Amino acid sequence: MSLLEVKDLSKEFGGLRALDRVSFAAEEGEILGIIGPNGAGKTTLFNLVSGVYPPSSGELSLQGESILRLKPHQISRLGIGRTFQIVRPFQNLDVETNVLVAYGHRYYPSLWKSGAPFRQPGILREVQALVERTGLQPYTKQLARNLPLGFKKRLEIARALALQPRLLLLDEPSAGLRFEESTQLMELIRQVRDQAIGILLIEHNMQVVMDLCKRIVVLDHGSKIAEGSPEEIRSNSLVIQAYLGKET
Amino acid sequence: MISGYLITICITIVIYAMLAHSLNIITGHAGQISLGHASFFGIGAYTSAMLYAEAGFVFWISVPLAAVAAGVVGALLGIPCLRVRDDFLAITTMGINFVVEALFLYLPFFGGAMGIGGINLPRWFGREMTKPEYFVVILVVFSLLLLLDRRMGRSWIGLAWASIREDEQAAGAMGVDVVRFKVVAFILGSAIAGLAGGFYAHFLTFIMPQNFGFGQSIVILSMVVFGGIGTRWGPIVGAIVLGVLPEVSRPIMEYRTLIYGILLLGMMRFQPGGLLGPESILPRILRRSVHTLRGQR
Repeated sequence: MSLLEVKDLSKEFGGLRALDRVSFAAEEGEILGIIGPNGAGKTTLFNLVSGVYPPSSGELSLQGESILRLKPHQISRLGIGRTFQIVRPFQNLDVETNVLVAYGHRYYPSLWKSGAPFRQPGILREVQALVERTGLQPYTKQLARNLPLGFKKRLEIARALALQPRLLLLDEPSAGLRFEESTQLMELIRQVRDQAIGILLIEHNMQVVMDLCKRIVVLDHGSKIAEGSPEEIRSNSLVIQAYLGKET
Repeated sequence: MISGYLITICITIVIYAMLAHSLNIITGHAGQISLGHASFFGIGAYTSAMLYAEAGFVFWISVPLAAVAAGVVGALLGIPCLRVRDDFLAITTMGINFVVEALFLYLPFFGGAMGIGGINLPRWFGREMTKPEYFVVILVVFSLLLLLDRRMGRSWIGLAWASIREDEQAAGAMGVDVVRFKVVAFILGSAIAGLAGGFYAHFLTFIMPQNFGFGQSIVILSMVVFGGIGTRWGPIVGAIVLGVLPEVSRPIMEYRTLIYGILLLGMMRFQPGGLLGPESILPRILRRSVHTLRGQR
């Protein structure tokens, strides 16, 4: 049984088919790369898996259980964490509080438990450990809005990890980062993978994708056009065509 | 001895403070704009007035029931309302206010334009409460509400509200049930407004639909924005300043809405966080005056 199974997933916006019968599976402890030109439907795929909007048709299951038609908060509580293409930290809360919001996922289902104070020594220790693991400790008490972009991205990963996820959806983590920032972030992503968490990685930087992923899914105009190892993808004529156009 | 006039103002202001505080839960803490808060104030006032004057309940039962009634209506209206966002929410809540006011005005059941009279100050120890005593009772209830607010602010509920205020989509992705926590804020805010309505009815002894119109909602919102939206003490400061102003000079009373409008515009331009909000000028002024005082010595 796969960690995440996507079967014949489609999404239409009005008349536009953003995603057309896409199928693939992701396993735990693996980084599965999702690549494709702009407008291929990569972010739409993430929004479907995380419940932002319902699919038009198809199946989605997490470890054999269907997550179709669940709301984002239900899906995140089941252990699917995500980051956003354009970062969305809680700008006016500090780093620690940002992580605390996600840590609270185990309290929110019960209004009674939600009435308890969130600043408890045990909880703060766990949050602090997570902040250190993601390299955010110099910024613990800083407002998220004052963080450099690289650290905002780390904060999003820290927040997603506080959900104790089984699957992480990372939407272009290296976009907008300097080379060394991006290298450090990739190191963090590798560490996360080693904790038996499955990762779906949308990425435009081919260097990064080829380094991190053993398997890659290629989307173009909403359809899956290829799947395979980095070598296979590199030499696949359909992929080359999608990126570079047809030879005339 | 405190004059009757002074105590009347004090009671009015503490009721406004309670209203501003209740709106602050919805708009400040959970970040949901409401332009119809006076309707819940009115529902509370009418509930307690009718239970008291027509059904013969005592104050100590009619006022808590006023809070319950406003809270229940808040829940019923909140669930559909809070699925829409921002400007739609503003228009929806404004619409609710007009509907509620019209119902009070046109249904004979609610006494129509004549309103409801024959309400009295509560009784205790075998006699009617004096106004100063009534003031203390409201003040005690309000203090308890502020303690509750502090507790909520430190709880997961307060944290969920903050995340919704910051970014709904991100909050959902962190396991926060956005609609549910918005509704909780709406119920709590409406119930407290209803409670304030109950206190108001027993103090005025006579209520009319016009007391709970759209203008009243704007007055309450002005107090919250002026004092500092989302802060605990800001709405109270706003209620005191904007409540005292019209009493200090009668001309201000005449041009009350105009002056509130200008104040709001000024605040939005120069102090968007409000008097007690972030980036407030108050600490700077205080520091400067302390400086000058030291210099004189």
